[in-house]
Amino acid sequence: MPVAASAVEPAADAAVVSSRRLDLRDLYFGEALYEAYQGRYFEALERVDSELVGHYGVDEPALDSLQYHIKTAEFSVGALELNYRMNLRAGRAVKAVLEADVEDAVRNLAAYRLARIQFQKGHPADALDALDHIHGAVPEDIRDDVQLLRANVLLAMGRPADAIGVLKPLQGSETVAGYSAYNLGIALLQNGRAQDALAQLEAAGRLPASDPAALAVRDKANFVLGTLYFEANQFGPAQQSLDRVRLEGPYSNQALLRAGWADASAQNFERALVPWAILAEREPTDAAVQDALLALPYAYSKLDVHGRAAVLYGRAVDAFGKELAKVDASIESIAQGRFLEDLVREEIRQDKDWVIRLRSLPEAPETFYLMSLMASHDFQTALQNYLDLEDMRKKLVAWQGGLDAFDDLIRLRRAYYKPLLPEIDKQFRKLDAQMRLRLEQRKSLDRRLQHLLIAPRPDYLATADEQSAAAWIERAEAGLAGQSGPAREALQHRIDRLKGALIWAQETQYHRRLTDTHTHLRELNADVEKLNEQYDSFVRARQRAMHSYVGYERPIGNLRERIGRSLERLDALKTAQGQVLEAVATRELRARRERLEAYENQARFAFADSYDRAAKAQAAAAAPAEQGTK
Amino acid sequence: MERRSARIRRARGRHWSCWAVALALLGAVTGVAGRADEVSKQQMHSLDEQVQDIKSDVLGIASELNRLEERLLYPSDTQLALFVSMKEGETFRLDSVSVQIDGQPVARHIYSFKELEALQKGGVQRIYTGNVATGDHRLDVAMAGKLPSGADFQRNQSFSFSKKVEPKLVGITLADSGDASIQLGAW
Repeated sequence: MPVAASAVEPAADAAVVSSRRLDLRDLYFGEALYEAYQGRYFEALERVDSELVGHYGVDEPALDSLQYHIKTAEFSVGALELNYRMNLRAGRAVKAVLEADVEDAVRNLAAYRLARIQFQKGHPADALDALDHIHGAVPEDIRDDVQLLRANVLLAMGRPADAIGVLKPLQGSETVAGYSAYNLGIALLQNGRAQDALAQLEAAGRLPASDPAALAVRDKANFVLGTLYFEANQFGPAQQSLDRVRLEGPYSNQALLRAGWADASAQNFERALVPWAILAEREPTDAAVQDALLALPYAYSKLDVHGRAAVLYGRAVDAFGKELAKVDASIESIAQGRFLEDLVREEIRQDKDWVIRLRSLPEAPETFYLMSLMASHDFQTALQNYLDLEDMRKKLVAWQGGLDAFDDLIRLRRAYYKPLLPEIDKQFRKLDAQMRLRLEQRKSLDRRLQHLLIAPRPDYLATADEQSAAAWIERAEAGLAGQSGPAREALQHRIDRLKGALIWAQETQYHRRLTDTHTHLRELNADVEKLNEQYDSFVRARQRAMHSYVGYERPIGNLRERIGRSLERLDALKTAQGQVLEAVATRELRARRERLEAYENQARFAFADSYDRAAKAQAAAAAPAEQGTK
Repeated sequence: MERRSARIRRARGRHWSCWAVALALLGAVTGVAGRADEVSKQQMHSLDEQVQDIKSDVLGIASELNRLEERLLYPSDTQLALFVSMKEGETFRLDSVSVQIDGQPVARHIYSFKELEALQKGGVQRIYTGNVATGDHRLDVAMAGKLPSGADFQRNQSFSFSKKVEPKLVGITLADSGDASIQLGAW
């Protein structure tokens, strides 16, 4: 392939579940989404993990509110892990969803996610295998993305003809128009259909675009097209394509450099001055800008403007000298460990363009060349890992402090409750005994009342006066037992009348009394219920007091040990990761240094040459004038 | 045409000779870097796997710590958690929410753009976790923000809720207009 062009794909979307809003039934799952939507994937994962553990731990998961979102929650774990750069676990989680009995839309979304992971990891065959799991209803918002990914996978597997078949129906897609147009051009190119590829890239380079990503793809199409024309010595069309690349886009510098060379190759040095002059004024750490610093005076020298060329070569020597000083300072600074210190500066990372801001930090020369390093996927992964390790370290250290606070809390609770509880328990036991007695009495009354419904006993419902009268009668009858005569009979008669009056009252009022007794017992029920509530409340408070300081030693001890082990491991890993980052950065800087040194030598040599030529030209111009004077 | 091509070839030849030294040097560097790249690539992949592994560990610790914290600080019979969400389709800018329970201020939050966006997408913020006794309580919620028209607005609403022995979750849903601009959800 004449140019190092590869297919492009949209950046991974951060949507954890889907683009539409969920009809939320579980607040804690909503909290996980809240964290995820802010890009706080660790916190989101922590929440979802806890929720899932809780859900499967309850006796009846079907009654748990997470039940309404359980599939989505399980699937979101994979998506969150992917976003938190845990590809290994994410792959397993998504595979589990694929193997489960889920609805088409969920399975297809999972398959798409898995395919993306596999593709990003450089396993296109596995990615295609995951894509082949997609069938039935595909969510509308990923339909075109799925096909675009399929085409990219096929391209990566060296099957451009198949990719063309997938990409053609995608032309005109609202969501992936720019990507599919550009990728079709690359597929045609890979398939050996150079003319079709040029026409397709031409079309991709003219597509209307508004968002930054689509504009960047269009710029790439124009840049690749311009490069293809340039390689084919077609400098005019190359120039036209490169002119369409925006001056502010990510391909701007390379396009300006290449446009200059297209003009220069067509011997149009005057026109080459325009893009190179623009480029030479840009950020001098950029490789294309450094090329332009040499190319611009070169064009002047070709136009025989040696004086201007000499001045610009002189400026280039100065610029390269300054850049060399920056590179040296960067290498030195990295050796002192300042590169890693700057990477973890909190105030810098608050900014979404923090990498760009790093470069502009006046006191941080070690970061000047970071932008070019960031172009490498591996470096980005390593850098992000380093930052993740730093974040985790901060969390672990904070948790260690939290455990110390828990210890203090438990100690204070123990000191407060432990002396109080024995006396409280003593009083409680006394009250408990009284309460049990009364409750037993109430139960007995209840039993007797139930029995009265079957076998009426009016005497059981006698009033206190009646009971006392009955007792008096009984005593009086006992007093009469040893007597005889008319007086006794008269007394007995009166006693019988009194007994009769008592029985009359008890028999005639029996039903009302029974009803009243039921009513009173029901009223007692309310009091008993209140008593039971107070009893339960006391028992709960007693348990809470006990549980507030008992049984924490082991879990806290285990956690402290786990945190300690993780911190130890994490520190070692962070050191290793930092060393790799420093080594890669230093290697990049050394390469840059060698290149700058070569450029500086070149500029110095060219400066001397241009200066001589300018002096000669000046002398030659002055000679006829002198002769004329003579 | 041929002459033009020859000229171009010569021009390009000169151009390339200008860069010959630089390219030779770069080539040498790239060769060394290529081998070094391989080494650091392998190193990076190995480190990446180890980082992923430790992430699992730390997530496990976080989960266990959450359970311990809940048990220690918010026992279920007194636990109260308040959540804030936005009604679907709302576009007003929420600046702050403050909450009082039984007249005591317990939470106040000022929203960043990211947090507001997360609420608009359907995320739910846990604004407060604490302990209250079983029984009836009063909840006062106040919110301030800006309407799509640019006008500032402020809303206050009082509610009552009952705390029983199980943990109490209260969802507060916010909207920008009408009598029901602040609603309590039953969860």
